[in-house]
Amino acid sequence: MLPYVFRRLLQAIPILLAVAALIFVLFSVIPGNFASTQMADGRSVVDAATIARMNEQFGLNDPLHLRFAKYIGDLVTFDLGNSFRTRQPVVWALAERLWPSLQLAFAAMFFAIVIGVPLGFLAALKPGSWIDMLSMIFAVSGLSLPMFWLGLLLMYAFALTLGWFPSFGYGDGDLRYIVLPAIALGVSPLALLARTSRAAVLEVMNADFIRTARAKGASEIRVMRWHVLRNALVIVLTTLGLQFGSVIGQAVVVEKLFAWPGLGSLLVDSVTLRDIPVVQGCILTIVLFFLVVNIAVDVLCAVVDPRIKYS
Amino acid sequence: MKFRANLWIGGACFALVVAGGVFAPWFAHTDPVMDANLMNAEVPPGSEFWFGTDAQGRDIYSRVLYGARISLTVGIVSQLINTIIGVSLGLSAGYFGGWWDDFVNGLTNMMLAIPSLIFALAIMAILSPGLTSLLIALGLTNWSFTCRLTRAATLSVKAMGYVEAARSLGYGTFRIMATQILPNIAGPIIVIGTLGMGGAVLAEASLSFLGLGIRPPFPSWGSMLSDARDQISTAPWISIFPGLAIFLTVLGLNLLGDGLRDILDPHSRTRQA
Repeated sequence: MLPYVFRRLLQAIPILLAVAALIFVLFSVIPGNFASTQMADGRSVVDAATIARMNEQFGLNDPLHLRFAKYIGDLVTFDLGNSFRTRQPVVWALAERLWPSLQLAFAAMFFAIVIGVPLGFLAALKPGSWIDMLSMIFAVSGLSLPMFWLGLLLMYAFALTLGWFPSFGYGDGDLRYIVLPAIALGVSPLALLARTSRAAVLEVMNADFIRTARAKGASEIRVMRWHVLRNALVIVLTTLGLQFGSVIGQAVVVEKLFAWPGLGSLLVDSVTLRDIPVVQGCILTIVLFFLVVNIAVDVLCAVVDPRIKYS
Repeated sequence: MKFRANLWIGGACFALVVAGGVFAPWFAHTDPVMDANLMNAEVPPGSEFWFGTDAQGRDIYSRVLYGARISLTVGIVSQLINTIIGVSLGLSAGYFGGWWDDFVNGLTNMMLAIPSLIFALAIMAILSPGLTSLLIALGLTNWSFTCRLTRAATLSVKAMGYVEAARSLGYGTFRIMATQILPNIAGPIIVIGTLGMGGAVLAEASLSFLGLGIRPPFPSWGSMLSDARDQISTAPWISIFPGLAIFLTVLGLNLLGDGLRDILDPHSRTRQA
């Protein structure tokens, strides 16, 4: 197992480097720079000398290749530079925001898994029944719902009208604060998981080895538990890994709506202010997290289905 | 032929939204941007204002109709750009193989590692907010699935007898790709394009909601929802209708995509399911 994990980790390095290079290229051609955006608040007149001084101070005047070499060098030592706005190391800001983001992502995925997977399995056991119809209508609707709209409606219903949950904020670890954002964020992966689990179970049920197991006289519970569940799980796990990426992406909107102090809201604020080092740091962290989750999922798949690690 | 509920319901939803957008000037009651009237601020839905009015007293019904134009333009054009990029890269990679295939694969893997909304956000950080920037940001960031699919389909079709026959007849490379391979792999590409369009409509709404897409006062459903957030406790109807419009559009496209998949891509897994 260990060589497999190692191999998957090695495969992630070029992707991470390519993403880093892409982000650098993207932001080094940026037309408006931080200094002029800082000053253009409509009140103060932009002084060319000030901009030149700020560009000098932040090293924005150096040739591109020098900046890139320095950027990669810093990256390897986890030095992501200082925020243009707060002048503090980007790594600090990221470290502060990472935990709330992880909490939200995992809470949303938890919600999606505990409801979505059983729903898909139930639907697949009785194809064409009302529960199948209902869960698939629910799944298609869930995939089409804009998360921030759902969030707004949840906020209105459960926070402002019923008063069951706080409407926004982090609440220093108070679990009631995470419920609404996690539901808003989790509905779309829930829908996809329900659909994928249903399709996976139906596909496995038609396989030859299921017929063989039944022919051998295995009980229905044994067939389900050892043959269907285990094989369907690989497909479900793979979807789960891919969904994590979109959850992290979508979290940007949900975090902003619920004023959740995660990476997403940091990213949006930094994009608005063109605080490039922070934007780069956020994107790199998100990509890194996504890669790690996918490697973890691949390893889990290999644990569930030993055929995978040899291919 | 079997009655396909998803195709018909999806088609109907989508047609409704298209009609709303195209005929907005005839259906709308007021100008969506100019007719602000603070005397009418936050009027609940009723006979005069069907969907109510917003904080500036603008008719939400008219704004939702005009909003369809932005959503559909962004959805269709950006997905078209994605499809063109994805198909050209995937088709050429599958057909030529070799270093080009490796390069395209690397590029696709990199794109798949960045959540597309995050990538679009990064591009919007460079460009100034507006329609063109949105089209660029969303058109460049969501082609990786189309590319993968096209490449895989090309690889399987390339080995077919009719492609070999065309080659023996002296067809040029481009002609083989355009007349022999592309028509035979078009089904799954159309399906993924339709589903992607729904994704693009959602992404536009998200970016506009964050204030990085279409800027107010122009009526994009996303920016309308962003404005509505401040009035959620006093005027919840401002939040309901733009969101419903997004939901209807994306639902329509998703159902349409599913229905088309059953017809155009009978080998896919959902068919068995």
